[in-house]
Amino acid sequence: METDTITAISTPIGEGAIAIVRLSGPEAIAISNTVFKGKNLSSVASHTIQYGKMIDPSTNEVAEEVMVSVMKGPKTFTREDVVEINCHGGLVSVNRVLEIVLSQGARLAEPGEFTKRAFLNGRIDLSQAEAVMDLIRAKTDRAMNVALKQMDGKLSKLIQKLRQELLETVAHVEVNIDYPEYDDVEQMSHEIMIEKTKIVYAEIERLLQLAKQGKILREGLATAIIGRPNVGKSSLMNALVHENKAIVTEIPGTTRDVIEEYVNVRGIPLRLVDTAGIRETEDIVEKIGVERSRQVLKESDLILMVLNYADELTNEDENLFKAIEGLQVIIILNKTDLPKKIDMERVKKIASGFPIVETTLIEEKGIDQLERAISDTFFEGEIETGDLTYVSNVRHIQLLKQALSSLKDAMDGMEAGMPIDLVQIDVTRTWELLGEIIGDTVHESLIDQLFSQFCLGK
Amino acid sequence: MTYNAGHYDVIVIGAGHAGCEAAVASAKRGAKTLMLTLNLDMVAFMPCNPSIGGPAKGVVVREIDALGGVMGKVIDKTYIQMRLLNTGKGPAVRALRAQADKPLYIQEMKQILENEENLTLRQGMVEKLLIEDGVCKGVITETKAVYYAKSIVITTGTFMRGKVIIGDLAYESGPNNQRASVALSKHLDELGIEMVRFKTGTPPRVNSHTIDYSKTEIQPGDEEPRAFSYETTEFITDQIPCWLTYTNEFTHKIIDENLSLSAMYSGMIKGTGPRYCPSIEDKVVRFHDKPRHQIFLEPEGRNTEEVYVQGLSTSLPEYVQRDMLQTIPGLEKAEIMRAGYAIEYDAVVPTQLWPTLEVKKIPGLFTAGQINGTSGYEEAAGQGLMAGINAAAKALQTEPLILNRAQAYIGVLIDDLITKGTNEPYRLLTSRAEYRLLLRHDNADLRLTEIGYQLGTIKEDRYQKFLEKKRLIEEERKRLERIILKPSEDIQRIMDHTGGTALKEAVKASDLLKRPEINYEMIATVTPAELHLPDDVKEQVEIQTKYQGYIDKSNQQVERMKKMEDKKIPENLDYDDISGIATEARDKLKKVRPLSVGQASRISGVNPSDVSILLVYIEQGKIARVSNE
Repeated sequence: METDTITAISTPIGEGAIAIVRLSGPEAIAISNTVFKGKNLSSVASHTIQYGKMIDPSTNEVAEEVMVSVMKGPKTFTREDVVEINCHGGLVSVNRVLEIVLSQGARLAEPGEFTKRAFLNGRIDLSQAEAVMDLIRAKTDRAMNVALKQMDGKLSKLIQKLRQELLETVAHVEVNIDYPEYDDVEQMSHEIMIEKTKIVYAEIERLLQLAKQGKILREGLATAIIGRPNVGKSSLMNALVHENKAIVTEIPGTTRDVIEEYVNVRGIPLRLVDTAGIRETEDIVEKIGVERSRQVLKESDLILMVLNYADELTNEDENLFKAIEGLQVIIILNKTDLPKKIDMERVKKIASGFPIVETTLIEEKGIDQLERAISDTFFEGEIETGDLTYVSNVRHIQLLKQALSSLKDAMDGMEAGMPIDLVQIDVTRTWELLGEIIGDTVHESLIDQLFSQFCLGK
Repeated sequence: MTYNAGHYDVIVIGAGHAGCEAAVASAKRGAKTLMLTLNLDMVAFMPCNPSIGGPAKGVVVREIDALGGVMGKVIDKTYIQMRLLNTGKGPAVRALRAQADKPLYIQEMKQILENEENLTLRQGMVEKLLIEDGVCKGVITETKAVYYAKSIVITTGTFMRGKVIIGDLAYESGPNNQRASVALSKHLDELGIEMVRFKTGTPPRVNSHTIDYSKTEIQPGDEEPRAFSYETTEFITDQIPCWLTYTNEFTHKIIDENLSLSAMYSGMIKGTGPRYCPSIEDKVVRFHDKPRHQIFLEPEGRNTEEVYVQGLSTSLPEYVQRDMLQTIPGLEKAEIMRAGYAIEYDAVVPTQLWPTLEVKKIPGLFTAGQINGTSGYEEAAGQGLMAGINAAAKALQTEPLILNRAQAYIGVLIDDLITKGTNEPYRLLTSRAEYRLLLRHDNADLRLTEIGYQLGTIKEDRYQKFLEKKRLIEEERKRLERIILKPSEDIQRIMDHTGGTALKEAVKASDLLKRPEINYEMIATVTPAELHLPDDVKEQVEIQTKYQGYIDKSNQQVERMKKMEDKKIPENLDYDDISGIATEARDKLKKVRPLSVGQASRISGVNPSDVSILLVYIEQGKIARVSNE
């Protein structure tokens, strides 16, 4: 049980300039090393601190500048290998780091688990034992209460509904297996199974999408404004700030200062990431090749790309398009007060489905349309804030992701023509994972389902 | 006046399916064993359906065989038909089922018992256990014989305070009008063993001459010869079919009208019945919309005309049973030879047992089979085997054997019983096993023969054959990993033939075998094995290769479980001394006294936080011991 590696944010959330993500366990150093650009962590001396960059393995891009402390067991709090990753304070940075180490095989620690390990490994002496047990009890219960409170009744109901769908499917397969001669129970076919799993798959995907949207609402939508010089980027900025209440925050870090400006667009907080830097660089097209600029773009949730309506498309524009390939883009055709020179067909072609908004920013015209485009891009139709906040718990999101992946395995299995009773193992696993979200993992309910759903008995 | 009737290592009370396995296993391990039974003519009698095996259960029979038990061998010699079920599904859920010849099964088993070295058979009714200083030292029969032994195994099935009920008729009886065991049940109660009242039932048996089979569907056995035991080499080819018919609205109407006369519904029966084996009145009441229910007509043997009316289990009065039968196609003129009945009996609450099936409260005493709240011959036999092995181990002072949930269905069965208990007669289902892909019927020998050999229940020559089979499987698997197949004409022809997509580039033979449309024989036509491989070797190569991804996944799950299973809990842990455990969890833990943290976590009512606290407490104890030293 203590052979896996656990991790958690070990500094209070939302406070302080620096946050720490701590890992403990046999893989702590190896996991950190796979996402760390700098010295090889597995060969540095114990109890030293290293400067470097954290790489997001999904994109291979630099995610964060970090300081990493490597402490080898047993001279650590838990007596296991411990790594502490110091990053910029603030939810976005620290969650990002946490997600990266989770993606590399660390498991999210349960409340009090570091302390528990410290105890199990003999780090804490006997007199503290009772206190530790009380701590685990209290923390586990509290965490459970908090989690339950966090969980909207709607989420709980939805999860239960999905589980019931899966359970009926699983019970059906089980009946086919245990009562093969019962001709009045229809044989579960790949077709029915695929249909059922698809529904649940789409629902879990939607929940994760909502979670993402909820995160945007809480943490802001990282937005970059790009375009050739003099197309109206500053005007766009000013218009957005003017129209909306701008909040300028300054987050001093250890190695760099980042200016973020928040504007609130129809309830969506836009976080104009490092736009100061970009705005000042008039030669953005040349600079785009520079890693720093590219990184800023890649980190963005949204790119506002400004084009000059009264000018022809240039190579620079085309190059910019290439640089933002794969990102979420809104194209702004500015200066519509002037005669049209731009080749609309070409713009539409390279926009490939992304929204195009026409503006005269100097007169603050078209801002409404832009704001609607932003809102539509991230929140199709109405925003129900109630829905958006209900999957916010990191543990829930982790479990939903695992459930989705397990269901994907089942669908792949069906695709490959695997026997249904094998595929069902993954479906059952999905059912169990969803059960962990609402704290229901009792296996017996499957057997109860079996006997209430079907008339059996040979 | 009692008399000393002799000393043994192990005494087995009862000679049903649990008792037979227990006695033979104990004797084979070298323990001097005595078997006591009410009626020597009823050894291994099947009071209910005339069949052995089926999903999950059939795998248990194979497991018993791999551990040196007898059920598989006996049914292989006496079946009237054999079928492999679930052939259209994955390998994990395939299972054999045989229709048994009931009288022949008895004879065959009795011979095995009589010829077993170290085993003594005796007729007698045990009334009391001999308990000294809280330890079970022997038994006392109604004829005042006192037998002494180091271990005693009770396998009395449904005989304890057995009560047969037909309509409003009820009388004290074991199954099929045998004597009930009343004194022993009372005695166990006095010894402080907690009992529950369960119920099960049987359908009527009718005379084959009075059945019009032309109105029914034939259900033949498989053409291909099959066997449960890995030792069987001769197969019965002369098979007898079963027949299928259905109830209908008229049958259901009779049931509806007479429901108040059913012992089940009149309140005469207090015991809990099994949901998976409901009476026909239960089916009709609970699933009222269903227009018909299946009825299987199963011959009870080659030399008898009695036919078991599977699916019509009932406690309705005899004349209602007759009326019901008259509505069923093919049975309009059927003559009842024996009426269906319900039977109520006492069972031991199985959470009172250690995983060895020894009673926690009374060292030296073991219980196995239907007395532990299970149902089914195979479930009984599996427990009997384990109780026999462990009773002998105790008597001979060797290590006990506990199978875990990843090793055998028998392990799942016993762990479920002793950890979770059961509130209805327990039946094995494939869905009870977390790792059913590992617990296949085709690999029971690979899982367990080694253990059987260590126990001494598997003999040398069989063990050598087993090692050879294992070697051939491994070598052939390695060969297929090595062989690279180019997209030759031969291969494309096969792909064409199976409807698979043509091969574009060279692949490993093992990878090609993973495609769903490809089987081992197809691979063998393009790259034959160097040696002649037996069918069971080919089957293993195919299954192990084809489903490797899923098997690996299951193995990873087992690994995760193992960490928890390896954390042992001392038998005598004082749960009152642990602060912080919730009251419900504490009560359950005190009752079950799990031997590992894994087992503790499976007890319903014990939450993850309780498990954490338990873990901390155990480790604390270790630290305390270290610091004391």
